[in-house]
Amino acid sequence: MNNPDVSWTEHSRSDLGSGGPEELFEKRKQVHPQRIDGNFRRFKWLVMIATLAIYYITPWLRWDRGPFAPDQAVLVDLANRRFYMFGIEIWPHEFYFVAGLLIMAGIGLFLVTSAVGRAWCGYACPQTVWTDLFQHVDRFVDGDRNARMRLDKAPWGASKIARRSFKWAIYLFISFWTGGAWIMYFADAPTLTADFWTGNAAAIAYITVAILTLMTFTLGGFMREQVCIYMCPWPRIQSAMLDEKSLLVTYKDWRGEKRGSVKKSEKSPGEYGDCIDCNQCVAVCPTGIDIREGPQIGCITCGLCIDACDRVMSEVGRPRGLIDYATLDDCDAEAAGAEPRPVWKTLLRPRTLIYFSIWGGIGLALLFALGTRTHTELSAAADRNPPFMLMSDGSVRNAFTLKIRNMESRPRTFTVALDGLDGGVMWSGTVSRDNAARALTIAVEPDQTKPIRAYVVAPAGTAAADFAFTVTSNDEQAETDRSEVRFVVPGAEQ
Amino acid sequence: MMANRKEPVQRIDEATGTKTVGHEWDGIEELDTPMPRWWLWTFYLCILFSIVYVVLYPAWPMLEKATEGTLGWSSRGDLANEISVADQARTTVNEQLARIPIERLSEDSALMQQAVAGGRAAFLVNCVQCHGSGAAGSMASSSLAKGYPNLNDDDWLWGGDLKAIEYTLTHGIRQQGDEKTRFSQMPGFTGVFDDAQVEGLVDHVLAFSGKAKPSAVGAELYANNCASCHGANGLGDRAQGAPNLADAIWLYGGARSEVRRQILAPRNGMMPKWEGRLDPVTIKMLAAYVHSLGGGEDFVEVAESPAVEVDEQP
Repeated sequence: MNNPDVSWTEHSRSDLGSGGPEELFEKRKQVHPQRIDGNFRRFKWLVMIATLAIYYITPWLRWDRGPFAPDQAVLVDLANRRFYMFGIEIWPHEFYFVAGLLIMAGIGLFLVTSAVGRAWCGYACPQTVWTDLFQHVDRFVDGDRNARMRLDKAPWGASKIARRSFKWAIYLFISFWTGGAWIMYFADAPTLTADFWTGNAAAIAYITVAILTLMTFTLGGFMREQVCIYMCPWPRIQSAMLDEKSLLVTYKDWRGEKRGSVKKSEKSPGEYGDCIDCNQCVAVCPTGIDIREGPQIGCITCGLCIDACDRVMSEVGRPRGLIDYATLDDCDAEAAGAEPRPVWKTLLRPRTLIYFSIWGGIGLALLFALGTRTHTELSAAADRNPPFMLMSDGSVRNAFTLKIRNMESRPRTFTVALDGLDGGVMWSGTVSRDNAARALTIAVEPDQTKPIRAYVVAPAGTAAADFAFTVTSNDEQAETDRSEVRFVVPGAEQ
Repeated sequence: MMANRKEPVQRIDEATGTKTVGHEWDGIEELDTPMPRWWLWTFYLCILFSIVYVVLYPAWPMLEKATEGTLGWSSRGDLANEISVADQARTTVNEQLARIPIERLSEDSALMQQAVAGGRAAFLVNCVQCHGSGAAGSMASSSLAKGYPNLNDDDWLWGGDLKAIEYTLTHGIRQQGDEKTRFSQMPGFTGVFDDAQVEGLVDHVLAFSGKAKPSAVGAELYANNCASCHGANGLGDRAQGAPNLADAIWLYGGARSEVRRQILAPRNGMMPKWEGRLDPVTIKMLAAYVHSLGGGEDFVEVAESPAVEVDEQP
């Protein structure tokens, strides 16, 4: 913003790190964010507690589905190919619900970006939450910023080794529980926990926990902001999505520049801006950037620098908001002397509204589909080899494979009947040809698909015709489904 | 030309401070940018990995075969292990099948299912050459040679219950060298009847299923020459393997010319015996599969002493 010609993603040369021109590899500068309190920090605490609670507690919630289905509220049952989420049960052929949810999540990110910028990066992203958690561990073990910087520089001695091992042990502990919680989504949590500790869980459970432990340990404990800056595609996508109307954490340079200490500005009033160059905004930043250089890819817009700057401003008796959430347009307007625009106004603009209506539309469509779907399905496939069978009395038999899906968690019986094909009767399984009828009663286990072979026979002289199998559940819902098929007879040459 | 060629000159590029490789094309030069460290390390790790791999696993191709590796691993060995595991998994089913007499098989629906599945696999290997992959025999297409029975329908020359099917599979039909084979012989009547007599007989045979008008000549000839096997009403006799002439199914075709041909120069199809070529359990599974195709008949207990073939077999 200091220089509007420079694009946001492009760093100035001085940004490329301490490496000289012959060193193209940017060495990492260890980030030691300082403790800070303020509105955004408290909000960050809230989001962190909420997201961690959701992550750890969800698998332990119970949801009664009767004796034939698991009672875990959220369960991805890969072995039985079912996905349970509270009152919703999704079968593999209904995976479009999950696809719809993922599309909603994607558009939801666009919506959030257009409304409040990189709020996902700043508050809710697991990388941010776990990094934050690990930085609190740092603070707890090693003290605040200065103490940690001192310890970093200190030579390796007994006390440093002890501190480091203690800290890394806590890292490992957290990482282990992170990985351990993940597998609970894929099996009955209490059973799996017992199995896990007695060594009876599946190998894949241990492998998954090991991988996730290692990943959390590395990504949260050591790589931290490098994941956001170098590995994650989302900041790149974000920089393509942000525009002059997006909410950013912005340093209001027209108000802050030229920087000078309180003493200096007292000496020569009017020459210096509000920024007293205390570097507090840099000290508290979890990704180690200087927000005063303008919007940049490393800024996850967590607002901690706003907290730091507001506190300093109140201490020196200047108005808050030298660093604040604002759009680039607002900044330009304010720089030109306009009143600050309330934040909510940035929410109501065509882009956010369009995103919201798409997002809401998909959500409503999913809800509608969920509410109106039946739990009974039938599919019929005709035998092709042979397509028909001449019987000794001259009648013609066609064979079909019917699949009856009972998608409820209780055993049900269904009536499978012929619709059309006058004179045709069928038999299957325990019903012999002598008892062939227009309708059969089939019992299906709870939550199962039952394949049956059905033989349909029509008297000699029946012409080829389209007909349908219908299935009706024999309960008060009387759900139905049908499957269109064709009855084939021998050609004229036979 | 060669004399004009400039020697590559390496120099330090000012803007980046990196060495150039020394080539130059119309003022465009290439930087000799060093590889990122992590990349280099990955290469070293790969080299290390390959050394370990070469020691542990088959690696260097020699004249006959590759070096074996200290682990002794081979993909053939993997396959052999998997096959033996699969074989072991089947043992229980095979033992159960060997123990159960075939007429009792339908009482155990789980075992029956296994048998049908196994039978389908065996059928696709041993039987499709004549009976077709859908087991529809000659019926699968009008262009096929007649005489291969359709196993899906409800017409059985020698009986359609599990035991009868197993017997046919075990001993075959008209199998030379097997005393127990199913045997029937339709005699040829060429030179015995004159043309008018043959036409009358064809009329009579087709009249059983309403496809022709009855003929007095044919009726007399039939009663004297055919009824002993095919029955007075043409219903056939399973004990002798005499086909039912009154139904809609004709092994060698139901057209006039085809019936006529079968009277004058009959064909007698042959089904090989599978005893000795397939083990008794496979034969049992095949019987279960054929029985499951839609025309299988229930086993009816008869007074005669139950056959002991099943137990005699190894």
